[in-house]
Amino acid sequence: MQKITCDVLVIGAGPAGLAASIAAKQEGAEKVLIVERDESIGGILQQCIHPGFGLSYFEEELTGPEYYARFADKALELGVEVLLNTMVLDIGDTGVVCMSSKDGLSIIEAGSVVLAMGCRERTRFQLTIPGSRPSGVFTAGTAQRLMNRENAMVGRRVVILGSGDIGMIMARRITLEGAEVIAVVELNDYLAGLTRNKVQCLDDFEIPLLMKHTVTDIKGKKRVESVTVCEVDAENIPIPETAVEYPCDTLLLSVGLIPENELTHKAEIEISPITNGPVVNQYMQTSREDVFACGNVVHVNDLVDNVSLESERAGQCAAKYALGRLKKAEDVIQVQPGRNVRYICPQEIVNSGDGGEINLYFRVTGPEEKVRILVKTGDKVIVQKRALRVNPGEMEHIRFDAKEITSPDLTVEVMKEAI
Amino acid sequence: MKTDVVVIGAGAVGCAIARELSKYELDITVVEKNEDIGGDASKSNSAIIHTGYDASPGSLESELVVAANPMYDKIVRDLDVHFEPVGAILPAITDEQLEQLPAIKDKAMRNRVYDVEYLTREDVLRMEPEINPEVRAALYIPRESIIDPFVLVQAYAENAYANGVHFLLSTKVTDIRTGDGCVQSVITTGGEIETKWVINAAALYCDEIAGMVGKRCYDVVPRRGQFYILDKNTSCKVKHIVLPIPTKTTKGRLMCPTVHGNMLIGPTAEDLDDKSATETTADGLESIRIDVEKLVPRVNWRDAITQYSGLRPNRVPEGLHVDTYEDLNGYINLSGVRSTGLTLSVAMGKYVAQLMISLGMNAPFKKNFVEKRKGITRFADLSVEQQASLIEKQPLYGNIVCRCETVTEQEILDAIHRPLGARSVDAVKRRVRAGTGRCQAGFCTPKVIEILARELKMPASEIMKNEKGSYYVVGDMR
Repeated sequence: MQKITCDVLVIGAGPAGLAASIAAKQEGAEKVLIVERDESIGGILQQCIHPGFGLSYFEEELTGPEYYARFADKALELGVEVLLNTMVLDIGDTGVVCMSSKDGLSIIEAGSVVLAMGCRERTRFQLTIPGSRPSGVFTAGTAQRLMNRENAMVGRRVVILGSGDIGMIMARRITLEGAEVIAVVELNDYLAGLTRNKVQCLDDFEIPLLMKHTVTDIKGKKRVESVTVCEVDAENIPIPETAVEYPCDTLLLSVGLIPENELTHKAEIEISPITNGPVVNQYMQTSREDVFACGNVVHVNDLVDNVSLESERAGQCAAKYALGRLKKAEDVIQVQPGRNVRYICPQEIVNSGDGGEINLYFRVTGPEEKVRILVKTGDKVIVQKRALRVNPGEMEHIRFDAKEITSPDLTVEVMKEAI
Repeated sequence: MKTDVVVIGAGAVGCAIARELSKYELDITVVEKNEDIGGDASKSNSAIIHTGYDASPGSLESELVVAANPMYDKIVRDLDVHFEPVGAILPAITDEQLEQLPAIKDKAMRNRVYDVEYLTREDVLRMEPEINPEVRAALYIPRESIIDPFVLVQAYAENAYANGVHFLLSTKVTDIRTGDGCVQSVITTGGEIETKWVINAAALYCDEIAGMVGKRCYDVVPRRGQFYILDKNTSCKVKHIVLPIPTKTTKGRLMCPTVHGNMLIGPTAEDLDDKSATETTADGLESIRIDVEKLVPRVNWRDAITQYSGLRPNRVPEGLHVDTYEDLNGYINLSGVRSTGLTLSVAMGKYVAQLMISLGMNAPFKKNFVEKRKGITRFADLSVEQQASLIEKQPLYGNIVCRCETVTEQEILDAIHRPLGARSVDAVKRRVRAGTGRCQAGFCTPKVIEILARELKMPASEIMKNEKGSYYVVGDMR
C-alpha cells in the first residue's frame, strides 16, 4: 500500500473541489491533492452543456464545461495535483484510504481534508411512487449523462416529474433532440428550480407546466407505457377524480438532490438532518476540526457561482488549518432559523472576537412576497434587507461582520413587510 | 433434441431439483421462459429460510420445510451463499395476542420445531430494543434465518450446470406430447425436446403446464406481496426477524434485516387474477406502514430506497402437492409451492429424486459429481490488505462501478462471464448488487450498460433492463 502525504486533500474534482484547491494553494499550502473517482475533472458540469453558468462569478454567461475549465486551468497552473479514477473508501483517523486500478490502495496523510463530493438525485422509490417497475424511469441527471456524455437518446415521449432545474433543462434538451415532452409536473404551487429556467426551458418551448399535480402510477411491463398524473389538494394528496393517463415511454424525475455523505457518515462527522450535509461553521469546518466541506455535499445550491465562493472559503481555511494558522473554535454560536427559515448555512459561527465577514446562505420554508430579512443578535437587529419575494427554490444570502455579534442567540428570520 | 429429464422453471425449486438430479448419470434440461435464471417468486420474496413452526402439522409442506431448514448449514457452505441464522421474534403487544402465544408454541412442537422459547418483556426489549415498548411477551424461534435469495438460486443453477445440466433460457414451453401412457416430448419456443421425465416446477404457471397433459385439477391464484427496502444507514434497525402474531385473515407484515444489512418490510397478501401484476400500489404500501409501526414504532420510512412486489403461486384448492399419475408415466407435477418455496427447495430436490427412484429411475450415481460452487469474490467484504493484493493481481478490482454498494468492474465482468452469466442490467444486479444501493442505479446504470455492451459486443440500445423490450436507450443521438 503506497503512502502519500499532502497539506490539503480535496475529495472531488467538481466545481467545489476545484475552487477549494485553488484557494488552498493561494493561501500557501504547498501540496494540494484532489482525489476524483471519475476519469476526468469537472464533476457534474461535464454533462451540463447548456449556458447559464458564471453570471455572478464571472459576470458573463458560460456553459458548464467552459465554467469548470477556467477553474481547472487555474488549478493546474498553480500546481494542484489530481488523482483520477480514484475512489476514497474511508476517512480514518490515521489517513484517508483510497483506491484505483492503477495504484491499488493508497493511504493519504493530509494536514486537512476538504469534502467536495457533491450530491445525488432522489429516486422514484424515495417518493414511493407506486406502479410497475419498467425500464424508462430515469433521474434527470442520469438521462442528462446518457445524452450529453454517452450520446444515447433516452426516449421519444417524455413526462417529467418535478420542476427542479435539471428537469427543466432536460425538458428543453429533449425537445431540441426532436422528442416530445408532454408535460412537466410539479407537486407544489411554487417552482422547485429557478424562474429563469422556467422561462428559457419551458415557456420558450411551449412545454406545459402542471403545478399542484403529481404522478400517481407508472404502467408498463418492460418499458414505460404510460404514467398517471393527478391534481393534488391543499395537503398535496392526489385527487383521484382528476387522474389523466399520459401514454409515454419515459418518465424523468427532478425531485430533489441529496448531499452525498457516505464518507462523512462513516467518519462520524455531525450531519444536519435538514440539509443532510455536515454541520459547518463560517470556515466551512465540520465537527472534525481537520475536515472541511463545501458545495453540494454541505447543502444543495441553485447556482454553481455560490458553490465556487463557498468552496474558496473552505479551501482557504483548510490551508490555514494545515499550516496551523486557523483560530481554534472556542466560543461557538448556533445560528437559529426563525420565522419562515428552513435552514441556514453555516449553522455555527466561531466568535473569535476580532470580527470578519460572515456570509449566511439560507432557504425559506414557503414562498412569500414583500418581506424583510433580519439577522438578530439577541433582540438587536444586526442587518436587514428587503426582498420582493422569496421562494424555497431560490437560496437567499445575507452578510454582516462578526464584530456585530453581542449575544449567544443569533437568529435569521423572514418577516412580512408592514403595509 | 433428446434428454432424460426436462425441468420446467428455473426458480429455486426447479434449480434445486436439477442440481439434485445432476448427482445421477442423467441428461437434464431446464427450460425457463425468462431471460435469466432465478424465477419469478424466487426473486421477489422475504428472503427468509423458515423453520416450519407455523406450517400445518402433518402436511407435506411441514415435512419438507422442517427437513430443509437444518440442511442450509451445509448447502450454503458448499454453494457459497450468504446465510445468517438470525432468529425470529414474535412479540405479543395486546392481551389478545398474549393469549395466542401458547397455541403458536404448541403448533411449533407439533411441527417438530422444538427449540421455540418464550421471552419475557425484558428479554424482548434487551434483544430487540426497537420493538414496541408495550410488548407483553414474545416467542423466539432461533432457526428462522435470512439468505441471499438471488444467489441461492444462481448457486443451485451454476452448480447444476457444472454437473452437466443444460439450461434453455428465454424458452417457453408451449405443449407436452404424451403417448402410450408416458410423456414423450416437450414442445418449446426453441424446438421439441424428447424426454422420459417432465418435472413441472413452473410455479405461477404450473396450472397451465398441467393443463397441457390434461392434469389441471387446480388453479394458481397469484397472491401479491409488496415490500419496502430501507437504507443500510437507517436509524431504526432490527437484528432479528420481527414477525407479527397472525390474525384469522392474515399472517401480517414483518420487519427483518437482509444479509446485506438493509431492512426489509412487508409483505401484503392480495389475491389477484393477473399473473404478471407485480406493481406496487399506494394502498398496499400504506397498509404495510400502518401494520409495521405497531411492531416497530420508530421505522423511518424516509429511508426507503425501494419498493417491489412478488406473486406467490397460491393454489386453489390449497396445499402443497407433488403428484404423479398412474396413467402418465414420467410426469411429476408440483403445485402449491408458496411462501415456503425458497426454504423447501433443497428438500424438494431430494424428495423428487427419491420419488423418481421409487418410480423406477435407476440411473447410477455420478462418480465425479462436483459438490461445491465458488461465488463471485465480493470486494467490499474483504479486509483492506486483501483488497490491496486483489487489485495488484487484477487492476479492474480498483475500478468502482456501483458507489453505493462498492461493486467493482471485475465483479461485473465475473457476473457476465461465468456460466449462466448475466445478459441484462437486472441480471448483473442480482449477481453482484450493482444498483441495489441508495441511489438505485442512478450513477451506475450508464456504466453497467456500457460494460454489458462492450463485453457482449452489442450496441447499448440492445442492452435490456431484463426481458426483451425493456431497453434503456433508443439509440445513438447522432
